[in-house]
Amino acid sequence: MTRKRRRMMVVGLGLLCLGAAAALALTAFEDNLLFFYSPSDLHSEAPPPGRMLRIGGIVEEGSLERDGEGSVAFRVTDFASTVPVTYRGILPDLFREGQGVVAQGRLTDAGLFQAEEVLARHDENYMPSEVADALERAGVWRPESGEGPPRGSGG
Amino acid sequence: MIPELGHFTLVLALLVALVQGSLPMLGAARGRADWMAVARPAAFLQCAATVLAFAALTWAYVVSDFTVLNVVQNSHSAKPMLYKVTGVWGNHEGSLLLWVLILTIFGAAVAGFGRNLPPSLKARVLGVQAWVAIGFFTFMLFTSNPFERIWPAPLDGNDLNPLLQDPGLAFHPPLLYLGYVGFSIAFSFAIAALLEGRVDPAWARWVRPWTLAAWTFLTGGIALGSWWAYYELGWGGWWFWDPVENVSFMPWLLGTALLHSAIVVEKRDALKVWTILLAILTFSLSLLGTFVVRSGLLTSVHAFAVDPTRGLYILLLLVIAAGGSLALFAWRAPSLKAGGLFAPVSREGGLVLNNLLLATATATVLLGTFYPLFVEAFTGGRLSVGPPYFNATFLPIMLPLVAVMAVGPMMAWKRADLAGVLGRLKFVALAAVLAAAATWYIQEGGPVLAALAMGLAVWLFLGTLWELGERVRLFRVPAGDSWRRARGLPRAAWGMSLAHAGLAVAMAGMIGSSAWKQEEVRVVRPGDEVALGGYSFRFDGAQRIQGPNYLSDTAPLTLLRDGRELGTLYPERRFYPVQEMHTTQAAIRTNGLYDLYAVIGDPQPGGAWTLRLYLEPLVPWIWFGAAFMALGGLVSLSDRRLRVGAPRKAAKAAAQPAPAE
Repeated sequence: MTRKRRRMMVVGLGLLCLGAAAALALTAFEDNLLFFYSPSDLHSEAPPPGRMLRIGGIVEEGSLERDGEGSVAFRVTDFASTVPVTYRGILPDLFREGQGVVAQGRLTDAGLFQAEEVLARHDENYMPSEVADALERAGVWRPESGEGPPRGSGG
Repeated sequence: MIPELGHFTLVLALLVALVQGSLPMLGAARGRADWMAVARPAAFLQCAATVLAFAALTWAYVVSDFTVLNVVQNSHSAKPMLYKVTGVWGNHEGSLLLWVLILTIFGAAVAGFGRNLPPSLKARVLGVQAWVAIGFFTFMLFTSNPFERIWPAPLDGNDLNPLLQDPGLAFHPPLLYLGYVGFSIAFSFAIAALLEGRVDPAWARWVRPWTLAAWTFLTGGIALGSWWAYYELGWGGWWFWDPVENVSFMPWLLGTALLHSAIVVEKRDALKVWTILLAILTFSLSLLGTFVVRSGLLTSVHAFAVDPTRGLYILLLLVIAAGGSLALFAWRAPSLKAGGLFAPVSREGGLVLNNLLLATATATVLLGTFYPLFVEAFTGGRLSVGPPYFNATFLPIMLPLVAVMAVGPMMAWKRADLAGVLGRLKFVALAAVLAAAATWYIQEGGPVLAALAMGLAVWLFLGTLWELGERVRLFRVPAGDSWRRARGLPRAAWGMSLAHAGLAVAMAGMIGSSAWKQEEVRVVRPGDEVALGGYSFRFDGAQRIQGPNYLSDTAPLTLLRDGRELGTLYPERRFYPVQEMHTTQAAIRTNGLYDLYAVIGDPQPGGAWTLRLYLEPLVPWIWFGAAFMALGGLVSLSDRRLRVGAPRKAAKAAAQPAPAE
């Protein structure tokens, strides 16, 4: 086997690997990209019901209800629109009324969001960046409003 | 006074690094031995200065010196001493200091052990190391000085994030950094080789132990982090394909490839250019891992820095380090002489396949991790790539790799007989098929992938043992002879077998816990019993307990099987008043085969609590397997051929003059 042929084989194999990986990645992307919606987005351009998506905003004060059987219901707001959410399971440690939350799940036809996962992405600043973004777009995020990071941003 | 001393020594270390990065490099270019000789004492001095700076910061934490801003932000007088010390690196500034500390220690180690390195290579390696250090020193001094004072000093500090107050996580960053920084040595050797225009087996013999050490530490660090996520986050999962996990996993994947391609350079003098490229890419990914996580680009518990100047500086450093070295590679690599030839079906061919698959897997992880960032940068849309993406792309690439792994070590160098090797493995193949069928039968219509993967895990495990058995001619010669042969095997061979078998064990654990996990969520009142997997958990009511810096609600659960009491689990929910944060302490009871995992959630009206129980089959095997892999790395490191300073052949090769090409 000459050096040139060997090199061509390695390059060919490499291209094959990359091609397979690209094909895999593209098919996986099609099904598994999770788009993020704020409550206002859901009202203006509602996604098809049944598609897995993420929503985020502030847990409305006084909206948290427990049925005593392990299910919870609460409302997520960006102060312009509000979405009702149900969830069965243990809420994360950082979950609190009046603070940011991201939930992953599906929207029912009735406009109820059934969360399969509630994330308080173990962030020490209590404010998931998507949520901060969504609030800023809704024009209600005031970093100085006391709700923000409890400690300085360092440096 | 001591913090100022720390600041001063940090500046001193930067100045020394500037000398070390310039004079020896010039000396190597002009062939001046006296200039090159500066590198060695400079590396020692730089290391000593950084050790002093680190000691000064540690001292400030230990005595809770609240005139130092960094201590105020991350410590508290009531914090246990262990977490005061580990708090030193539990924040942005301190973790950078730890990084650079390890870097200078490794630099000093190269300077100390590298007596028989060709002087120009040594000068260049230490010079490149110095430049990496300069990047970090300037970053710290200009944007994230750990010694900044605060006036007036507050009475007490803000405490460390309670999630980080945990023994598992306390030692996770140092291990991870030992891994990341260890790859910096491979990187420096690669750049030095490009500058020298020469790569030979002696070069690989130097790169291999450092890569091996880095890989071993990184394996340990990732396993520890995954273990921490498992018991501390209370979700019963051990890997989430979270961006911060991915950025530590990518250097591991490429580092594994580098480890294997360095063998080919050493043994067969082939794949040189590729190995250099891998060394550069692996370290670039390590830098990316350190920086992207620290810069807050990806949200996580690790994200400390949110200052935009830091983000810019980080980006600049990355561009210089990765872009500069790749440009150098493009310019100089064609001048490297190609080495030994081999047929596609050979040990080298197998290792090339290993490298291709690992590099492809790294690329898919990289794409999934950074795709959301690109989308946000270009369209402003927010999206995330979930675990299903990674499972769908990563697994189909890794499974063939595992299939090849059992065969590769049995193939001969240069040209191998694939049919012959497969024939020798026929019993192993039979066992693997039986294992897959048995798994399929037992799980009664569970995922097909689980049965297939379990068969592959058995294939790898038995295949590795079989190879070892053939080497010592087990059952073919008297047992005493086999024993003598086993003792005569190089440690590197034992290390490989341990690491490969360890991966098989860890794989079985991953399959078991992903495919057959059982879960139960219930609201319980005192006296209630919850059944799961043949066990019964009795809730006896929650108690409030005062910890050193937290309040705890502990819910003792009596574990019963067939009405017999087996013991008590104590899941806790802690409240840290200083940070107003709750954390979950899972209670885990293991028997080596499966874990029982209990978490309590929030209190419900009427004295009830949410209780979440998991039965996690084979999860402990993940950590056993990872421990075996790390142990394999250590055993291989102790091989006399690799022992630093000892290699006779390396000394001979080094004694030859290094001609410039």
